[in-house]
Amino acid sequence: MSLLKEPDFGTPARPGDATTELTIDGVAVKVPPGTSVMRAAKEAGIDVPKLCATDNLEAFGSCRLCVVEIDGVKGTPASCTTPVRDGMNVRTQNERLGKLRRGVMELYISDHPLDCLTCSANGDCELQDMAGVTGLREVRYGSGVDAGANHMDAPTDSSNPYFDFEASKCIACSRCVRACDEVQGTLALTIEGRGFDSKVAAGAGVSFFESDCVSCGACVQACPTATLQEKSVVELGMPTRTVLTTCAYCGVGCSFKAELRGDELVRMVPYKNGGANEGHSCVKGRFALGYASHPDRVLEPMVRDTIADEWRTVSWDEAISFTARRLREIQAAHGQGSIGAITSSRTTNEEVYTVQKMVRAVFGNNNVDTCARVCHSPTGYGLKQTFGESAGTQDFKSVEDADVILVIGANPTDGHPVFASRMKQRLRQGAQLIVADPRRIDLVRSPHIEARHHLQLAPGTNVAIINAFAHVVVTEGLVDREFVESRCEDFDAWESFIAQPEHSPEAVADITGVPASEIRAAARLYATGGNAAIYYGLGVTEHSQGSTMVMGMANLAMATGNIGRRGVGVNPLRGQNNVQGSCDMGSFPHELPGYRHVSNDDVRDIYEKLWGTPILNEPGLRIPNMFDAAIDGSFKALFVQGEDIAQSDPNTQHVFAALGALELLVVQDLFVNETAKFAHVLLPGTSFLEKDGTFTNAERRINRVRPIMAPRTGKQEWEIICEIAQAMGYPMHYDSAAQIMDEIAMTTPTFAGVSFGKLDELGSIQWPCNVEHPEGTPIMHSDKFTRGKGRFMETVYVPTSERSTRKFPLILTTGRILSQYNVGAQTRRTANVAWHPEDMLEIHPHDAEVRGVSDGDMVALSSRVGRTELRAKISDRMPVGVCYTTFHHPVSGANVVTTDSSDWATNCPEYKVTAVQVDLIVATSVVAVGNR
Amino acid sequence: MSGVPSYVRLANEIAAQFAHRSPADAAVAIANHVKTTWDPRMKRALIAYAESGATDLSPAAALAARHLA
Ligand code: SF4
Ligand code: SF4
Ligand code: SF4
Ligand code: FES
Repeated sequence: MSLLKEPDFGTPARPGDATTELTIDGVAVKVPPGTSVMRAAKEAGIDVPKLCATDNLEAFGSCRLCVVEIDGVKGTPASCTTPVRDGMNVRTQNERLGKLRRGVMELYISDHPLDCLTCSANGDCELQDMAGVTGLREVRYGSGVDAGANHMDAPTDSSNPYFDFEASKCIACSRCVRACDEVQGTLALTIEGRGFDSKVAAGAGVSFFESDCVSCGACVQACPTATLQEKSVVELGMPTRTVLTTCAYCGVGCSFKAELRGDELVRMVPYKNGGANEGHSCVKGRFALGYASHPDRVLEPMVRDTIADEWRTVSWDEAISFTARRLREIQAAHGQGSIGAITSSRTTNEEVYTVQKMVRAVFGNNNVDTCARVCHSPTGYGLKQTFGESAGTQDFKSVEDADVILVIGANPTDGHPVFASRMKQRLRQGAQLIVADPRRIDLVRSPHIEARHHLQLAPGTNVAIINAFAHVVVTEGLVDREFVESRCEDFDAWESFIAQPEHSPEAVADITGVPASEIRAAARLYATGGNAAIYYGLGVTEHSQGSTMVMGMANLAMATGNIGRRGVGVNPLRGQNNVQGSCDMGSFPHELPGYRHVSNDDVRDIYEKLWGTPILNEPGLRIPNMFDAAIDGSFKALFVQGEDIAQSDPNTQHVFAALGALELLVVQDLFVNETAKFAHVLLPGTSFLEKDGTFTNAERRINRVRPIMAPRTGKQEWEIICEIAQAMGYPMHYDSAAQIMDEIAMTTPTFAGVSFGKLDELGSIQWPCNVEHPEGTPIMHSDKFTRGKGRFMETVYVPTSERSTRKFPLILTTGRILSQYNVGAQTRRTANVAWHPEDMLEIHPHDAEVRGVSDGDMVALSSRVGRTELRAKISDRMPVGVCYTTFHHPVSGANVVTTDSSDWATNCPEYKVTAVQVDLIVATSVVAVGNR
Repeated sequence: MSGVPSYVRLANEIAAQFAHRSPADAAVAIANHVKTTWDPRMKRALIAYAESGATDLSPAAALAARHLA
């Protein structure tokens, strides 16, 4: 069996040096102070029997199976709750202890169904293991159904689509409750009743599905018995082998053990040693996998001459030669620059690298862009200008040292749930929270967490707020002069700029809608509250001043010295699993891999020599430029790798017109998505379960993606790219994904030390990884900034031109929900739809009332570019005048109304601000369903 | 916003970010930004548009276009 079972030390590790020395069963061991005797024993190679303890939860001390004897200590203390002391002498095994343990086990077993052989957890049950370990041979009180009063008839709750709660098997160890509290931070479970009557409950009288449970699965993983069990294990049986891989949903980049039975995937279990997630996950990564085997998947290539024709299923050879021939014909007719490609943040670094290489070396232009254009391109631009590197500054773990956490335009509990759990752990320990967001996100008030300040700013006024923060810092003497003088440049000019009265909280209060006193208090807290860390999302970048705002946050962090150590920094919460990587790999039309400008002769020289072909020294088209050029006739063919631009890009009508104008559209995807409706070639793609390669998460962590099965399409995506290149007359060949990474490392200084071999050895690597940092760089800019000195940039607030008018009096902003993922191509094809069957328009009670709209009514949502219909949900999460929707379902098509307004520096669309009107269609008064 | 070609709108949006600088300074900054991030066909179109004397381009953007020419 190669099922990977990580060792369980029983209680969490304690920080610090191993200075406390004790003896356990005659073995000397040294551990950090505060460590439990149980953990120390495990460090010494001694397993103490246990049931209620597990090492990602604080000890609870309820089962008393872990009792030990300690010289000089009366009785038999529980080793999980007893901390070590210098000179302790501990015994974990003798007759007395054995008897005590058997007594404990007898009680448990007497109230437990004895159907081990047919139980779904057979072979993976700690109760079963402990019965063996303790040598239990008889149960004096009767057992199973023969016992006296018992819980054998307790009902099973199957309401969750992914796991069952079989209450009759519960031993009330409370591991699930503590996992929900401590690991996930949702506090959905309680132990109801006392003594014999105690039982696990998901809220008062409701099922798991109806409760606050977010289906992260932490409780299922923590449960030592079959009580909480994945439905897939019940159906398919216990897995027998493990493949370590990485989640393909969001930018947190959780590591998973894919557990299989033969070749069948049984379940995903988050990996304890995963750098990003340390054993935790969310509902998507753990459970939402059904799309990979969904019947909608396209597994064979298809072509057609015009989009009015039916698709023809063809061989790979035909699809590839058709694609190559058409691309060359179009170039011959319309010029070298008439074709291009879009890379995807859903695919691996190696796949992205080959696509940009095809564009530069084979198409002979720089018309390559990536879907990061529409999400985090301002991050790349803003952080490069100020710090010198287009990436977040910290690792996720760093949040453990933050004293003040400033969350701007991000909704981590929905968008980046596993990181949110970490952040919430730190907040529950007492770190202060400031939230700047028009919407009252869950983090503002959740169990044991309350934001000190919620700055409920008007959409589009981020820069005004961040400037006001900086104004307070500069004018109230809160600048970290030593940091600024030694580490930064252009400070004086910036200081006099930001000190101007127009940036004061009082001057921007009316613009932002946030009282000046609130801004001042929040800014003082950020500047003086200890380590201050900024976390931000698309609510920062997807604005007409997205790049300006990123620079504004960088200014603030530098001015207060909050850069270059743990607990601080400027941290983008990246959307897609490989946004960071796809940008790193040279997907931008002006940058070669490693963010090096195409005009840089030395850099071009590296690739020209290796690739044996000249590279253009001028930038190519960005995605919106491609659309414009398609409409004006200078751009004729587009290769789209794994992205549904027809659904995800703004101003749908404009996108449709552009796609419709192309002579050739090649789509590489799992499904016939909305974009494929305009395509001439559909090249079936691979799911992450078939891919071999790497993803890079939001903390620059390169994680391995390992295939659990051969590509269902017969080819890896990078192989297809190589074959198109070859058919176009350019020799491009790799034997493996590892070889592509070797080329990346050879040509890109920040990746110089990266290889599949090293990734396998270290688990993951945070770039830069090179001679100075052979094992990677968790925290950037610690001694000096990548660009040398950190540069202060003047950030003028320029109001967006997208403003509410008499005709469109409301402002629409958009976001995501936990259970669905972006355009939903994957999550809509899983049981996750149970939580979010449709997109809803959240509208403030006041705005709803004046329009006669009630909860559940269908409403028309219109902007100056389009109109769509969806159901209203009355909510006071937004201020009056602002409404909100998600964009996971094509039928509601939120992007029908978003406009082509964009960030001035990067053309990242302004999804977060659209002037709209909402009108009642029919008063159905259906109670809103599912939108939690 | 509609009616003008997109490169004109984009150039004006860039110009708005540098409106606090002197026109000469702003033009240099705009020209630099365009040079490092725009496809040549868009640059050419912008230059031609500025040369045609059309008035939709902000003065700083028009000056920047002349630097690019
Ligand atoms: S699945 Fe997660 S949120 Fe739901 S009860 Fe279990 S630990 Fe809590
Ligand atoms: S459900 Fe599992 S983890 Fe929770 S108390 Fe029961 S046995 Fe323990
Ligand atoms: S947090 Fe993101 S990476 Fe982790 S399991 Fe969820 S979707 Fe996957
Ligand atoms: S494992 Fe120590 S009391 Fe349960």
